[in-house]
Amino acid sequence: MSRSLEDRKFVVITIFGVVALAFAARLFYLQVVDDSLKSSAENQSIRYVTQYPVRGNVYDRNGALLVYNEAAYDLMVVPRQVKAMDTLAFCELVGITLEDFRVKFTKAKDYAWRKASAFEKQIPANSWAPISEKLHNYPGFYGQQRTLRRYPDPIAAHVLGYISEVNQRDIERDPNRYYESGDYIGKSGLERTYEAELRGIRGVKALMVDVHNIVQGSYQDGARDTLAISGKDLMSTLDAQLQAYGELLMHNKKGSIVAIEPSTGEVLSMVSSPNFDPNLLVGRDRGKHYKTLAANDSLDPLYNRATYAIYPPGSIFKLVQALIAMEDDIITPNTGFACNKALVGCHNHPHPSSVGKAVQFSCNPYFYNVFKRLINRNEASSTFKDSEIGLRRWKKQVESFGLGVKLPLDIPGKWGNIPGPGLYDKFYGKGSWAFSTIYSLSIGQGEIIVNPVQMANLAAILANRGHYYPPHLVKQIGEDGTKRTAFTSRQTTVVGSEHFETVINGMQAVVDAPGGTARRARIKGIDVCGKTGTAENPHGEDHSVFIAFAPRENPQIAIAVYVENAGFGGTWAAPIASLMIEQYLTDSIADPAKEARILEANLLDVQVEEEGDAH
Amino acid sequence: MRTKPNTFANLDWLTIGVYLLLVFMGWLNIYAATYDADNPSLFDLGQSYGKQAIWIGLGLVVATLSLLIEGRFYRNIAYGSFIFTTLLVAGVLVFGKEINGAKSWYAIGSFTLQPSEFAKIGTALAISAFLSEFNVKAKEFSTTLKALVLVGLPAGLILLQPDAGSTLVFASFIFVLYREGLSGNFLLFGLLCAVLFVLALLFEIASLALILCLLTTLVYASLYANWKFLAGGFALIGIPSYVLLMVVEKPLFLIGYLVLLLVGAIVYNFRLREIRNRGQRNRMLLVTLASIGFMFTVGFIFNNVLKEHQRTRITLLLGEESKLEDQVNELKLTLSGLPEDAPQRKEVRNDLREKKRSLHRLRNGVGWNLRQSKIAIGSGGFAGKGFLQGTQTKYNYVPEQSTDFIFCTVGEEWGFLGSTVVIGLFLILMGRLVMMAERQRSAFSRIYGYCVASILFFHMTINIGMTIGLAPVIGIPLPFFSYGGSSLWAFTALLFIFLRLDTERMQVLR
Repeated sequence: MSRSLEDRKFVVITIFGVVALAFAARLFYLQVVDDSLKSSAENQSIRYVTQYPVRGNVYDRNGALLVYNEAAYDLMVVPRQVKAMDTLAFCELVGITLEDFRVKFTKAKDYAWRKASAFEKQIPANSWAPISEKLHNYPGFYGQQRTLRRYPDPIAAHVLGYISEVNQRDIERDPNRYYESGDYIGKSGLERTYEAELRGIRGVKALMVDVHNIVQGSYQDGARDTLAISGKDLMSTLDAQLQAYGELLMHNKKGSIVAIEPSTGEVLSMVSSPNFDPNLLVGRDRGKHYKTLAANDSLDPLYNRATYAIYPPGSIFKLVQALIAMEDDIITPNTGFACNKALVGCHNHPHPSSVGKAVQFSCNPYFYNVFKRLINRNEASSTFKDSEIGLRRWKKQVESFGLGVKLPLDIPGKWGNIPGPGLYDKFYGKGSWAFSTIYSLSIGQGEIIVNPVQMANLAAILANRGHYYPPHLVKQIGEDGTKRTAFTSRQTTVVGSEHFETVINGMQAVVDAPGGTARRARIKGIDVCGKTGTAENPHGEDHSVFIAFAPRENPQIAIAVYVENAGFGGTWAAPIASLMIEQYLTDSIADPAKEARILEANLLDVQVEEEGDAH
Repeated sequence: MRTKPNTFANLDWLTIGVYLLLVFMGWLNIYAATYDADNPSLFDLGQSYGKQAIWIGLGLVVATLSLLIEGRFYRNIAYGSFIFTTLLVAGVLVFGKEINGAKSWYAIGSFTLQPSEFAKIGTALAISAFLSEFNVKAKEFSTTLKALVLVGLPAGLILLQPDAGSTLVFASFIFVLYREGLSGNFLLFGLLCAVLFVLALLFEIASLALILCLLTTLVYASLYANWKFLAGGFALIGIPSYVLLMVVEKPLFLIGYLVLLLVGAIVYNFRLREIRNRGQRNRMLLVTLASIGFMFTVGFIFNNVLKEHQRTRITLLLGEESKLEDQVNELKLTLSGLPEDAPQRKEVRNDLREKKRSLHRLRNGVGWNLRQSKIAIGSGGFAGKGFLQGTQTKYNYVPEQSTDFIFCTVGEEWGFLGSTVVIGLFLILMGRLVMMAERQRSAFSRIYGYCVASILFFHMTINIGMTIGLAPVIGIPLPFFSYGGSSLWAFTALLFIFLRLDTERMQVLR
């Protein structure tokens, strides 16, 4: 045996060693250097399932449920994982047509090839059970539990609002970038205002799936999972019973009711009519229903008249004029003016010998005189300048009543306008207008505009004799939560409380006195103080308006009622307000004939089949 | 009886230790790969890990029996066992059960046996017996030829099953022949062929031929130390090549031109008198010429002889997937850059669709295995995901995860650390076997030792190389690791026969 042959063992061992080293180097590259393989592994074997938080419920002020959640399922699809399958059987199972399938699948593919998207949304729990049983036959498809909003009573649709899937704008607008495609967001009403509190926080669960896309358990025993944090419940200020009753009364009428608890500013009821069943804007058919409701343009049920409809306040504004005038000692409670119809038109009534009588008779020339004194106090030699000074001061005073200013109500609305010198300067030119130009403001007509919430708030101010808490709709956020601080700050008017009794005397007379304009608002055993109004409507019949509070001492409820195109305030708005007050204070109605008159009345100018109306 | 205490005392316990470690680790990984939370018992006979426990137990019986039989006996039955195992391999072609398109198994009830595993033992014994014969010299060409017949017979039969992987393992005997005196040039020749093969498939043959010619010129000129020659050579080769390749774009003309040049150079070379050692230089020219020819042959064989699935296994290894990916991305870019009404759009779109389809076919066919295997191993990271924590292997992303792709489980659950430990153990085992072989007095034992080491080396190289994308996907088991009785028993017998021979290393077997 030659020596050199024995040395060949080194060659052989070197070859073994080189291969082993090459393998080690390759393994080092694959396992330590190259990260893409790790993410590939996760991408294919770990499925992140979003844990959607339960959205908070909404209760009324007495704890009655207004909004709750119902389980529903989204059928999700990952196009990449979909294998050849019996499409026809699948369509039958899910309840769609072949054409639907193609459209939906193409949509999912266009969204993302590898990412999950909703194939069919919000399948109710009872329809889901048979689908889930067979779903394992269709790789790439799986269920994602969601919740649907449900409303045990079909009331307060405008206040509660609705949720819908986020769109691209919602996603981009959120500063925290919380939303992902497929999430739901409050689009209107309280759902929108309290979105952050109601929605809770999403969690995520990492699940391991095998090559057939069957879940094999929790990844790393749930170490990467985060729990969903449920949204907070809201306790609304609404009284569900009163709300339902208000909606019943307003059936077949256009208009709104806003009722406020004067001592707190809590909105007891906010009715906008025509309305719709909030359950319609939920689930698979939401889009269809929304279209029908939105297309109803003569009645516009989606429009919240209580916060968005703005009208001139009409005669009711005389209350404010009287209060400011007394505060500024322009008049005394016993000041009388002759009813001079040459100044401004009026109806026939006895002589307004005092503020109380003037309110009771709603005398137009009386308040023409009051307003003239408020505006022109000879503070400047020019009548134009004098009017400007006067109007500027008056605007400020009126605004302390929550008129012409945005109130921090927790749903959006339009907040009207109290005209100041700027408006008329712009319109007529500076120094080119005087009291004679603006005198219609004296009786609440002209450029003065308010919404029903502001009117109800005015009633609350009168009930409180000079102060108010901003009207609001949520009493309590979360189990032991509080309301927003903006709602607990007491706002005072510029008028001292001693001046209010004079006006309130007039208001009680409006209801109780033999010649009062709102005799239909009387309730046996309860002192109701109110004021009728007529909002001029250039497009048709005037709107019937009435504000009131009751009882006179220690008031529990302040209310504003608008009935559109119904003429004089005493005819329709006053009895509706009185029924609301009676229902709230006594839980019953003593005069069924009065109630029946309202329920049977149909004041809609156009008869339209209302699909969206639940009543 | 006289040798019994001797046997025990002389046993190489290091080898046995490594063997037991590998078997145990293999079993743990089979358990992890097929782990089923509903059947967590290690000895559940309904599960592959439960069965493997039995195979291991029987494997230990095989080991003991192998140790009990005297070395002389192995020497005596060497040819007999070769004939027997070869007949078994031949018989499986007739009586075998077809599984996955190959007749590689005898089936007796539910029990199956793979004769090709045992043919390795028979062949190893026969080669050892043949080469250790007194008058046989491995250096001689006739010996090489006879050995080739000996190895080629079972290998050829196995190829008929067809089982290309097991056939390839028989190439491992080249190491044994090399140790016994076969010229080292055969190893180098094999290496050169492999390199040229890869180059020919990776690059355009014309460019490679050009590079080879330029290199030859360079070496030639440096031997002459004649820089005029160098300049002339480059001018003669470079300028026309540039014109043919880049301007006329006729690579075939370039090849023809280069071949003509080379032939001319050889003829010219013969006429030069003053050059000493002309033969060496001639050989260099011939190698260049032969290489060009070989690359052409490779191209031809590759495209016309190999079947498509075989082709993809090789192109896959050479980065076909990322090449297709790049092409797809490039086409996408082109398409997005084209105006909406461009007439080329349709063509580009068709091209894109075709490429996408190829990519999809590649990824879901042969490419799937390789890709999943790499993902599983790569996702293990440095320290691995931990025992039973692997998701890629356990959840069937990796195919054949308890047999051919068992190394994926090692890579995924034990990471870089565990993988290198396994490779290290194999290296220790193979190195130890070589060292042990060298200490034999008997040529038979020494050659047999080399056989064992070489077979293990080939198996390990192809199996692990396949899982990490360094070798084509060829289904052969990882020794001691992979699930299955046949391969475990065959490797155990192969190894323990040598351990027995080693206990008698002071004797000369004749």
